[in-house]
Amino acid sequence: MASVKPRIKVPKTATKGEIVEIKTLIKHNMESGQRKDNDGKTIPRQIINKFTCTYNGKEVFAADWHPAISANPLMTFHVKATETGTFEFTWTDDDGSVYSATADMTVS
Amino acid sequence: MKIQEPTSPGVTRRHVLVVMGATGLAVGSGAMTGRAFADAAAVDAAIKDKIGGKTAQAGRITLELPQIAENGNTVPIGIEVDSPMTANDYVKAVHVFAEGNPLPNVATFRFTPMCGMAKASTRMRLARTQNVVAVAEMSDGSFYRETVEVKVTIGGCGG
Repeated sequence: MASVKPRIKVPKTATKGEIVEIKTLIKHNMESGQRKDNDGKTIPRQIINKFTCTYNGKEVFAADWHPAISANPLMTFHVKATETGTFEFTWTDDDGSVYSATADMTVS
Repeated sequence: MKIQEPTSPGVTRRHVLVVMGATGLAVGSGAMTGRAFADAAAVDAAIKDKIGGKTAQAGRITLELPQIAENGNTVPIGIEVDSPMTANDYVKAVHVFAEGNPLPNVATFRFTPMCGMAKASTRMRLARTQNVVAVAEMSDGSFYRETVEVKVTIGGCGG
């Protein structure tokens, strides 16, 4: 899908030990495989089935998604700020493509 | 759990769920012919798939869902599990299931002690009024379970 575009909300700064909220949103139809087109043919399933978030290379949160997740999937979760670093987010599509984004956070 | 405690001693919660599932299936197929929905029994099977032969206890999970969802295409869902989230005692995963969707599985959230708290939210599809079930998998191998009923005005899942 050419129109896939992630949006990330991570605080720029945090104090050590603080639990920060991370919000992510990605544009995707999340075609459930349940819908039919005008000719009555089932539209094939195409969803993002996996989401991961790493913090300085270590996986901190992941999710497996099924067709019951809405279009333009939103994912909100929390991470404990321990060190200054980079978050990397990946979304894996049914067709094998991987969309990714990064965000930096300074911890003092 | 919204299900009333069984009155006679021979009836277990599982029996009640199975009976409810059968009733739900009958109603569902009557209202929308030609479309298969999951039911409570399918959700039970999906849960068994994740947790094996173990039993999930009640408690520790807060499942935030609207009582009434006007649009079943995007229903906000929030989950929080009571846990210290330390290296020795944390929530490994939360599995979400829906009893009235075409497929019972909704999502699995995988937490680590680095999360600080076991709290996550997203948006889900609900085909019709139904129960949403969350099962939490703790690091010590125990499981917890919570159910919330959502009334849906316009169903999601297309069609």
